Amino acid sequence: MKKITLAPGTVKKVLQVLRPYKITALLSILLSAVYVALSLYVPVLIGRAIDLILGPGNVDLKAIVQLLVTVGIVVASGAVTQWLINTINNRIVYHVIRDVRNEAFAHLQVLPLSYLDAHPAGDIVSRMIADVDQFADGLLLGFTQLFTGVVTILGTLVFMLSIRASIAAIVVLLTPLSFVVARFIATRTHDMFVLQSKTRGEQTAFIDEMLGNQKVVRAFGHEKENQERFDEINGRLQKASLQAIFFSSLTNPCTRFVNNVVYAAVALAGGLICLATAGAAVPFTVGALSALLSYANQYTKPFNEISGVITELQNALVCAGRVFELLAVPARVPDKEDAVVLQNVEGCVEAHDVSFSYTPGQKLIEHMNLSAEHGQHIAIVGPTGCGKTTLINLLMRFYDVNAGAVTVDGHDIRLCTRKSLRGSYGMVLQDTWLRRGTIRENITMGKPDATEQQIIEAAKAAHAHSFIQRLPNGYDTVIGEDGGLLSQGQKQLLCIARVMLCLPPMLILDEATSSIDTRTEIKIQNAFTSMMQGRTTFIVAHRLSTIREADLILVMKDGRIVEQGNHEQLLNANGFYATLYNSQFAS
Amino acid sequence: MKKLLTYLKPYRRESVLGPLFKLLEASFELIVPLVVAAIIDTGIRGGAGTGYVIRMALILVLLGFVGLVCSVTAQFFAAKAAVGFTTRLRSALFSHIQTLSYQTIDSVGTSTLITRITSDLNQVQSGLNLTLRLLLRSPFVVFGAMIMAFTVDAQSALWFVAAIPVLSVVGCGVMLISIPLYRRVQSHLDALLGRSRENMTGVRVLRAFGKEEEEVKGFAEQNDRLTAMQKKVGRFSALMNPVTYVIINLAIIALIHTGALRVEAGIITQGAVVALYNYMSQILVELIKMANLIISITKAVACANRISAVLELPSEPAPADQPSSSASKDCRVSFVNASLRYEGAGAESVEGITLDARPGETIGVIGGTGSGKTTLVNLIPRFYEATGGSVLVNGKDVRSWDTSSLRQKIGLVPQKAVLFSGTVKDNLLWGNSEAAEADIALALETAQASEIVEKKGGLSAMVEAGGRNLSGGQRQRLTIARALVRKPEILILDDSSSALDFATDAALRRALRSLPWHPTVFIVSQRTSSIMHADRIIVLEDGKAAGIGTHAQLLESCAVYREIYNSQFRKEDARA
Repeated sequence: MKKITLAPGTVKKVLQVLRPYKITALLSILLSAVYVALSLYVPVLIGRAIDLILGPGNVDLKAIVQLLVTVGIVVASGAVTQWLINTINNRIVYHVIRDVRNEAFAHLQVLPLSYLDAHPAGDIVSRMIADVDQFADGLLLGFTQLFTGVVTILGTLVFMLSIRASIAAIVVLLTPLSFVVARFIATRTHDMFVLQSKTRGEQTAFIDEMLGNQKVVRAFGHEKENQERFDEINGRLQKASLQAIFFSSLTNPCTRFVNNVVYAAVALAGGLICLATAGAAVPFTVGALSALLSYANQYTKPFNEISGVITELQNALVCAGRVFELLAVPARVPDKEDAVVLQNVEGCVEAHDVSFSYTPGQKLIEHMNLSAEHGQHIAIVGPTGCGKTTLINLLMRFYDVNAGAVTVDGHDIRLCTRKSLRGSYGMVLQDTWLRRGTIRENITMGKPDATEQQIIEAAKAAHAHSFIQRLPNGYDTVIGEDGGLLSQGQKQLLCIARVMLCLPPMLILDEATSSIDTRTEIKIQNAFTSMMQGRTTFIVAHRLSTIREADLILVMKDGRIVEQGNHEQLLNANGFYATLYNSQFAS
Repeated sequence: MKKLLTYLKPYRRESVLGPLFKLLEASFELIVPLVVAAIIDTGIRGGAGTGYVIRMALILVLLGFVGLVCSVTAQFFAAKAAVGFTTRLRSALFSHIQTLSYQTIDSVGTSTLITRITSDLNQVQSGLNLTLRLLLRSPFVVFGAMIMAFTVDAQSALWFVAAIPVLSVVGCGVMLISIPLYRRVQSHLDALLGRSRENMTGVRVLRAFGKEEEEVKGFAEQNDRLTAMQKKVGRFSALMNPVTYVIINLAIIALIHTGALRVEAGIITQGAVVALYNYMSQILVELIKMANLIISITKAVACANRISAVLELPSEPAPADQPSSSASKDCRVSFVNASLRYEGAGAESVEGITLDARPGETIGVIGGTGSGKTTLVNLIPRFYEATGGSVLVNGKDVRSWDTSSLRQKIGLVPQKAVLFSGTVKDNLLWGNSEAAEADIALALETAQASEIVEKKGGLSAMVEAGGRNLSGGQRQRLTIARALVRKPEILILDDSSSALDFATDAALRRALRSLPWHPTVFIVSQRTSSIMHADRIIVLEDGKAAGIGTHAQLLESCAVYREIYNSQFRKEDARA
């Protein structure tokens, strides 16, 4: 069997998410017991009826009809119970996974960005969707099959023992053979499965690379070579899959063979006992034999199912563990209860002796001081990776400082509500993000109650109105995941319109025009200028033209602010900024 | 769906033998109740004695063993057919995706294509494997049991005839109703997935706008919709087993009653009644198995349909003779009133472009964001087909060219500098797998990339997938070298010197001019400095040519060009 390591506490956590449904779960267990008892009772009744059919002239029809009526009642009750169990189980499982997903999603909203930045979105999403789904499958199977399986085995055992203990013993002793067989096959096929998933992984990586860059492949006419390479891997995968699938599929026939042997043994022992007790006071009847045979079948069946269910359950627990792992990630520090709600922000932003680093021990920002007054424009420049984005992370409190403090209008931002702090900033990032929905929904994200007039004005100011109008449904055009068919530049214009509409007292523009051509940029610049009027603005830009007019330029290098001042001052200082400026200009 | 079956053809033998052996196995199972009946009637009641009972028990074991052999054989053939089918289908799918037109790839999206060729196909494989093993088996056992019942006693067997149609109706009904419901559950799940992904990728913006609570609320609503749908399907499919159970047991009650009357009349024996009862029980077991199978098959069918949909996407149009145009033969590339409107777009992306480019000439393409620059050059290798007018290469309409020989003539350096996992040399040989060392060296030198290769440790240095271990500028120069290795007649640089500094950019342009085979070069750029020395510059605005001419001419006559130029140069002049 595949060795699966479970995170400690997973089972406990599973029980915890089940807790709100404990009454329904108990009901389900109770009903399962009832159902098993009812369904096991049927063969007994039928066996009795058969014993009344001995031969011509020796048939007690009246008693038989009575027995059959009882069978009908038992069966009907059994069916109703079964339907109730199914419905209850579905309900529990679907509600549990709904709760888990809601909890996970709500938790995501309070996870620190440090976690989200360090983990690929695909992985987190697959935990929330695919893993929870697997968990649901396992849970449902566990509820429906594992429990009824165990109860059936116990119940059957009791009925068999009550009919004939010696035959029951045969069944009990022989059945575990099927476990042994299943385990033997599972260990032998483990390596084959490993090879299969390795080859599959190799193929997926190849597919990902080549389909992801299909246009380059096409431009270089590399299709044939790709196909050859693909077919080569595909051939190896075929071999590996065939082996893994075939050898693992032997489990079922082999365990079934064991069952057949058990069945034959019961028939043999039963038959012999029948013959031996033919004249005795308490004969072993044919009806009893037929009931025992039917039980032998029922007894071995859950064993086969349970070995499958257990693998499935293990898998489900591993998947659940991955979700719980996500839930166990500590949330960010919550807002203080008496946190300040920033209102009518003036826009005085200061950093006092701030130190920060992403990884402890790896120094990044050290003892940074900074003071921006109301309405000032602060440009942040420096080579790639110098910490410009980090500064924004600290201003918006996406990350908390390690030491020192950032203040807005004299309030330490850690003492303000995050919502009011972030609501005081309008942010346009280089990474243009739009959500699935209409253009209108995207523009009004910060101000859902905006009027049509305001929306159009904002779009016009961002020079987005004209292209929006050319879209099939104008402002109601639905754009797909991450902006869909819009170009990078168009997406950026929409992000700008989004901020233009709500206009908070402070602005952060991180390469806000990086994807827009210079000509459009100049046109937008006017709108930017009027938007920035009277608003404290932080601007990250490569283009020096944008920077020249700033009131304050922060020159960053390796996480530190190495120089501060305006353009003239910095040029005259002839330091790092001057070098940077000259190299960019000279190029 | 039906089309997919053609990929099963080479495994026709296996796909027949697999179910056949499964049926054999089932037949042996069907004999079991007869043997048990014999034990009762002949062994116990008939007084044939201990020896007979032992013999019969041994026959039961033998039947089990033969069943095992048949079943293993069946599993083998089924696995072989399923895996073989999937392998072929996967290959065909990959091959087909490689022929899809750019427009199709754009609208379908790469990530869906990848899911379909990987996880969807895996679902189909296990679905087919199960189908081959079990789908025939269950109905066979059901009907087999009925036939065997007839051999035991025709009149009692009529109850089987009554029960089976009712069971089929219930089974098919549940299936027909639940398949579309399952599909809807799947699409609700997809929506939930999309929502989570979006929340992750947009986390900064969402938090900046303080949208967390709204997001949680929206997610919960969507989640509730999924749960409601799941419960709806659940309630429905929960009916299947209880209803089957009731029907079978009603039939058993009727059977025992009829049996009792027949035994009383001396027509059949007690053992026969037991056998009939056993057959009915076998049907119940099979139907429960079948119900589980149906769910897997339903999923597999849904996936198969998604795969079919990809296979049905149109390939790039085949070359078709176009009336030759009046354009002079000595033009390497001519655009004749060429236009392109993307499918579903509101307006032309490129409109009425007429332009000639001769061997050795350099053409600059400049314009704002979304003005159609890339679209224009993509018309040359026929990545997109002009929806109006035509594009000619060497005087021949690109639609008449054999696609691969057309593209062989073209070296393209895309906007996004992509390299593939392998050595540097592997990557360069993409351009021309038979390139000589000297060709590679020249290409590297021209692309200003020789020093990169040296620094990385020669041509055999490894490049990671996507070229992650190289900087943007390094990747860009290597992609230029890759295009040059094939000595293209037409070289297209699609905004591909953006990561190069001005000095390198200038050196690159000089080196391109001195190439011995005099390619026609198209340089697409937002930077005036990259194209101002071109023989001719086309200025695009909203897909239309706002001006064509040299730098000096355009400065004079084209307002748009002047604006672009001023936005980049004038201010810097002033600053200096």
